[in-house]
Amino acid sequence: MSENFTKSMARNMFYGGAVFFFLLFVGLTFDTMRELPKRDHRENITPEVAQGKLLWEENDCIGCHTLLGEGAYFAPELGNVYTRFGKNKQAIMAFIKSRPVDGIEGRRSMPQFNFSDEQLNDIAEFLKWTSEINSAGWPPNIQG
Amino acid sequence: MQYQSQAVAKPYFIAALAMFAGQIIFGLIMGLQYVIGDFLFPEIPFNVARMVHTNLLIVWLLFGFMGAAYYLVPEESETELFSPKLAMALFWIFLVAGVLTIVGYLAVPYATLAKITGNDILPTMGREFLEQPTITKIGIVIVALGFLFNILMTVLKGRKTVITSVLLIGLGGLAVFFLFSFYNPDNLVLDKYFWWWTVHLWVEGVWELILGSILAFVLIKVTGVDREVIEKWLYVIIAMTLITGIIGTGHHYFWIGTPEYWQVLGSIFSALEPIPFFMMAVFAFNMVNRRRREHPNKVATLWALGTAVMSFLGAGVWGFMHTLAPVNYYTHGTQLTAAHAHMAFYGAYVMIVLCMISYAMPMMRGRAANSAKAQVVEMWGFWLMTISIVLITLFLTGAGILQVYMQRMGDAPMSFMVVQDKITLFYWLREAAGVVFLIGLITYFASFFVGGDEAASA
Ligand code: HEM
Ligand code: HEM
Ligand SMILES: [Fe+2]
Repeated sequence: MSENFTKSMARNMFYGGAVFFFLLFVGLTFDTMRELPKRDHRENITPEVAQGKLLWEENDCIGCHTLLGEGAYFAPELGNVYTRFGKNKQAIMAFIKSRPVDGIEGRRSMPQFNFSDEQLNDIAEFLKWTSEINSAGWPPNIQG
Repeated sequence: MQYQSQAVAKPYFIAALAMFAGQIIFGLIMGLQYVIGDFLFPEIPFNVARMVHTNLLIVWLLFGFMGAAYYLVPEESETELFSPKLAMALFWIFLVAGVLTIVGYLAVPYATLAKITGNDILPTMGREFLEQPTITKIGIVIVALGFLFNILMTVLKGRKTVITSVLLIGLGGLAVFFLFSFYNPDNLVLDKYFWWWTVHLWVEGVWELILGSILAFVLIKVTGVDREVIEKWLYVIIAMTLITGIIGTGHHYFWIGTPEYWQVLGSIFSALEPIPFFMMAVFAFNMVNRRRREHPNKVATLWALGTAVMSFLGAGVWGFMHTLAPVNYYTHGTQLTAAHAHMAFYGAYVMIVLCMISYAMPMMRGRAANSAKAQVVEMWGFWLMTISIVLITLFLTGAGILQVYMQRMGDAPMSFMVVQDKITLFYWLREAAGVVFLIGLITYFASFFVGGDEAASA
């Protein structure tokens, strides 16, 4: 590296750059927070949706599935499962409920979680709400 | 070893390596589940194997970073560690908490673990990489604070160097950004937005500072190049890291409900993120070429060059590949993501910890370097693991390209499960490469037990 570029210039570049870009990031975050209500439809987060999210977490569904493209890649995307299942909550609930305890011979199997009907409904509500987030046109098609 | 208290690094390194072995075994289990779907089902479902695999990775890297800091800081500060007792107490606390958490994952269903650890009171569980029970997370914060205190007090009473300042900023940032793992609102979009403040700002932010400072330390030691030169490079590299990487977080804000301007900002800034990795590679080779001494520990130098090259490939090249929004639209959340994740984590963070271990372990065992024979065995471990991670990455990249093509492009896209069936061959190849990785790891472990004439002291 050039002799004219001294260590103290390099240090200033580091501290200055770090502070400047972190503050810019915080500023952008404030703007994002103002924009989000229009895109996430938070007015529709009912107690069922919130409970559904908790169930989603406490059973680690993200450990096999992606949700809006984040998570594991072992099982299908679920951010749009509500649309994929023909906007039919009952179909989602029936699918989760019908998983065999011992799995399916030789195939990737989803566990049987023994959810109550109320819990199944909460999860379906959560997935329905998630499918309505404005995700800028992602995924490219219904297959997720 | 110049200071007695540096020896506390040793148990940290040993624990790290043991967990590394566990991580790989669970990787192989998952690799099999990818092709034999019901392997170990329902005893060890895929999601459980996955959290064991990724959490062991994170925890062993943290052990590695702490061990590295305990070794490096007294030597840089030219003083004994502030409190070796505290360091050992924290070691046992962290180890027991870590082991209990893993046992919890394996012994009871995750929902039960959530219940008995009181997740309902402050729900933080069940998010990728942050699966730990809330009490474990609190434990991590306590250990991190005690550790930072110990390191800070050591730095304050001794010589202050650029390397220790950068390391401290990196480790402090690690602790601060982990705090976002406690924020888990009902609104999934907000949850995801701030989840990345932990995950992205770690691996593409503060962890790179840790990486840079450890690399700089080892390079000073093995090349004897003037500290002034190395410190200047270090500042420029980490300046570029934060200038590109902070706004670069935007490459995760394309499709999660966040405003569309992130597609522009995230693409531009993250496309520049390879620059600091490229500089790191140039820097490492430059310093080794300009070396003023022949250090007997050849294999430590190999790890230093290896981490510089592999982090550039894994983070820089494979990261760039899917970071522009129009590309990421198709590749988001596919096997391409997994391909990148493996090479980036291995190249940047696994290799830098192994580099530090390679340099410091012989010193702590009373010699400047291991025997030539032991070094050759370690080099075999290096090449086997590195080549196999390259193969894993290439096979997953193949799987990912086909997945994107069949599932997300064209007029008749196929369903996820159908596509997975069609690309099974690639998963078998990945598993085979994984077995080679395990053989490499065993070879690496074996190098610790190879005797032979000790190399001349440095
Ligand atoms: C024997 C070698 C290995 C095998 C067979 C293996 C296998 C796997 C599998 C199957 C997954 C889950 C992918 C999914 O979600 O569908 C995974 C995830 C992951 N593994 Fe490995 N792994 C191995 C070694 C490693 C190593 C050495 C590292 C670290 C350097 C690593 C880091 C990760 C990370 C970070 C993830 C999460 C990826 C993501 O979220 O995109 N693995 N691994
Ligand atoms: C050592 C540094 C890095 C590490 C350890 C790393 C690791 C990871 C991991 C584990 C993920 C998956 C996260 C998840 O499970 O959702 C990921 C995603 C991603 N990384 Fe990196 N990364 C690094 C650097 C980079 C760089 C420098 C770039 C860009 C040039 C980049 C671009 C991306 C992108 C675009 C994604 C999202 C992929 C998707 O949409 O599915 N990464 N990275
Ligand atoms: Fe990132």
